[in-house]
Amino acid sequence: MAINLTSSNPLYSPAVMDHFLHPRNVGELENASGVGEVGNAKCGDIMKIYLQIDDGIVTDVKFNTFGCGSAIAASSMATEMIKGKPLDDVLELTNKAVVEALGGLPPHKVHCSVLAEEAVKAAVKDYYDKNGIAYDPEQFKEASCDHCHVG
Amino acid sequence: MIYADNAATTRMSEHALQVYIESANQHWGNPSSLHLTGQTAKAAMEDARARIATLLHCDPREVYFTSGGSESDNQAIRTAVMSGLKKGKNHVVSTKFEHHAILHTLTQLEKEQGIRVTLLDVHEDGLIRPEELREAITEETALVSIMYANNEIGTIQPIHEIGKICREKKVLFHTDAVQAAGILDVDFARDDIDMLSLSAHKFHGPKGVGALLIRRGVVPYTLINGGAQERGKRAGTENVPGILAMAAALEDAVRDREAKTAHLLPLRDRLIDQLTKIPHSALNGDREHRLPGNVNLCFEGIEGESLLLLLDANGIEASSGSACTSGSLDPSHVLLAIGRPHEVAHGSLRLSLSGENTAEDVEKICEILPQVVEYLRSISPVWKDLESGKAEHRL
Repeated sequence: MAINLTSSNPLYSPAVMDHFLHPRNVGELENASGVGEVGNAKCGDIMKIYLQIDDGIVTDVKFNTFGCGSAIAASSMATEMIKGKPLDDVLELTNKAVVEALGGLPPHKVHCSVLAEEAVKAAVKDYYDKNGIAYDPEQFKEASCDHCHVG
Repeated sequence: MIYADNAATTRMSEHALQVYIESANQHWGNPSSLHLTGQTAKAAMEDARARIATLLHCDPREVYFTSGGSESDNQAIRTAVMSGLKKGKNHVVSTKFEHHAILHTLTQLEKEQGIRVTLLDVHEDGLIRPEELREAITEETALVSIMYANNEIGTIQPIHEIGKICREKKVLFHTDAVQAAGILDVDFARDDIDMLSLSAHKFHGPKGVGALLIRRGVVPYTLINGGAQERGKRAGTENVPGILAMAAALEDAVRDREAKTAHLLPLRDRLIDQLTKIPHSALNGDREHRLPGNVNLCFEGIEGESLLLLLDANGIEASSGSACTSGSLDPSHVLLAIGRPHEVAHGSLRLSLSGENTAEDVEKICEILPQVVEYLRSISPVWKDLESGKAEHRL
């Protein structure tokens, strides 16, 4: 984009603004091993994460997000945190870890980090499903969309 | 930096600021005090009351000073409902896109007093239909409360016609004129208005001060108890410097109204013409019956808060009806009321201009905004679904 992309905002940490204004791993993977999409356009957030998995390792990851600044920043940060990691580590990603890596989120934006965790896990689940790999369904329980009454 | 959020608040004018400082210096006495210091403050305040009354075409005894628009709205609703209930009238007619100061007070009174509320449709153009108002009024109706001009989409209601209908049906008519005072030709007498709310900081006056006009003969409900100020109807030592600065700001606004409108209309129209060229965008609210500084648009496939942050990063300050900007969970009730689906309402942008904005500001917005929208769409899965045909365009 030809427009200026440097700014600080008192509402968000420098890391959130950095990942929002310069998101890492934006895009799609055409033949992704697994794709996870969570959220709802009605609620104002959708995250879609694409994983390339080789020998149990996330060798590439891309995302697309419709949502607020912190939703975009949380997706970007989550992709950075799982890139190059084995699936066991990827499945241990928590929204708390995303929030910490972002230097904190305002309380009403914490659900953005929950969506990021869920999108990553949904992509792994999709990979398992596509490849007939057995898993414990408990591991992929989606949080209810309780932050949103229109779901 | 371009400030295009004047519907949220305006910068206090040099004149109003000067008056405020001088008044704080000279009129620091308590207007309720008997001595000269107090009576000097009282005289200055009463002079401001008389000037405000002249500007809005009412009697000075009909001007009650408050802390601003929300308090005025709360007091107006309770005034009409409480006096209505004494006469066995328990029904209020309002609209779906009123300010929450109105809607939340009505909800509270539904629970507290068991009143019945009819909210008129504002249709796709953001305008009520007078014939629907006529039909909604019953023998039990105590109050019609309809905002003069909407704070989000800027649509201007047919106030004169509404006033006529209410007078004919003998129902009290309140209008929230927070966005209209100092900007439109507000006339309390001509338009048969019984109560009118206004707030100084929307017309380059100070924050924390406003007024409620109440027609003589209507007994005001006392929202704040504890003193005999404002004819015993609103306790609390008066904000004298704020009141004087409000009077000065309103005088300037009314005097310059036509010149400012002539300055704003081409700027507003240029923004609307250029920005609606962005594919799958739309203007919210009627174009004709619209505040001279208001532009409100929806862009499909993007979310308003990220749009605002990117505009801010590029020196443009605006606002959005997106849920994510407010901390609330639903998008703007105003955009939902004019029929925008949730997913479209999330991608809204309000640009509100004042006389301080220039043609250069408008050109900069026209240059930056399309790029920001395009960028956010390029990373949006919703936009991809719309473009690939997986989801249907709504705009």
